[in-house]
Amino acid sequence: MSGVGPVSAFYVLAVLSIGSALMVMAARSIIHAVLFLVLFFVSLAAMFVLLSADFVAVAQLLVYAGAIGVLVVFAILLTPSREQRGMETKFVGPGLLAGAVVAGTVIFIAFNTNWPTASNDFPSTVDAIGQALLNRWALPFEIASVLLIAAMIGAIVIVGGRGVDLDPGAAGPSARLVRRER
Amino acid sequence: MIPLQQVLVLSALLFSLGVYGVLARRNAVLIIMSVELMLNAVNINFIAFAVYLAPNKVVGLVFAIFVIVVAAAEAGLALAIILRVYRNERTANVDEVDLLKW
Repeated sequence: MSGVGPVSAFYVLAVLSIGSALMVMAARSIIHAVLFLVLFFVSLAAMFVLLSADFVAVAQLLVYAGAIGVLVVFAILLTPSREQRGMETKFVGPGLLAGAVVAGTVIFIAFNTNWPTASNDFPSTVDAIGQALLNRWALPFEIASVLLIAAMIGAIVIVGGRGVDLDPGAAGPSARLVRRER
Repeated sequence: MIPLQQVLVLSALLFSLGVYGVLARRNAVLIIMSVELMLNAVNINFIAFAVYLAPNKVVGLVFAIFVIVVAAAEAGLALAIILRVYRNERTANVDEVDLLKW
């Protein structure tokens, strides 16, 4: 990862990812925000390749750019928002402040820490990741499969159930929980 | 070779953009997208530390993969909850959903 090519590729990818993340935040239409989000995921996958993490880059492309992109598009299509008033809450100022504080703190720490640098000849990662996942990290690996099953069943139950049916005569905000679609 | 600090600055900027999005956007789907952005920024840090600081151990890469797994589960569940809230409330804006506020 030395020489003019990788360094310039790093800056191009950095500008691309930060620009697309900015457009996710600034886009007026949600569907445009999703398209910029997919562009952000793809540029980060390229960044991972540049950092010589090839397996994670492929996983990023498959899971994020593929699955989560499609999932978010479905969620947007199923929850159309009619009103055209502002896209932001009243927390724009605090949000900008919190973002600036987080960025400033982390950048300060990054430049004021004496990082021990090792040599940069990274072995092929697929083999090493497979060995690590099935030896040292075998238990988290199995727990991850349980987590995915639980999340899948939970999502199906939450979306496909018969709906929340509280007492229709109840006063107060809980009355709005009564199922409206039949 | 790219200094480690520049990679960390990139991930800090992306993470703070995600923080702003979580705090300031109204639509719940956009908030989930901002959370994904923050998780990706964290992944950059994991991979950068794995590559720069401990090239012979793949712990950082394994952590990045687990982050991707958990993020996928989280996105599926969160979008399911948003769909359910939308069906009950006819809105996906977080400042109009106040069922738990009495």
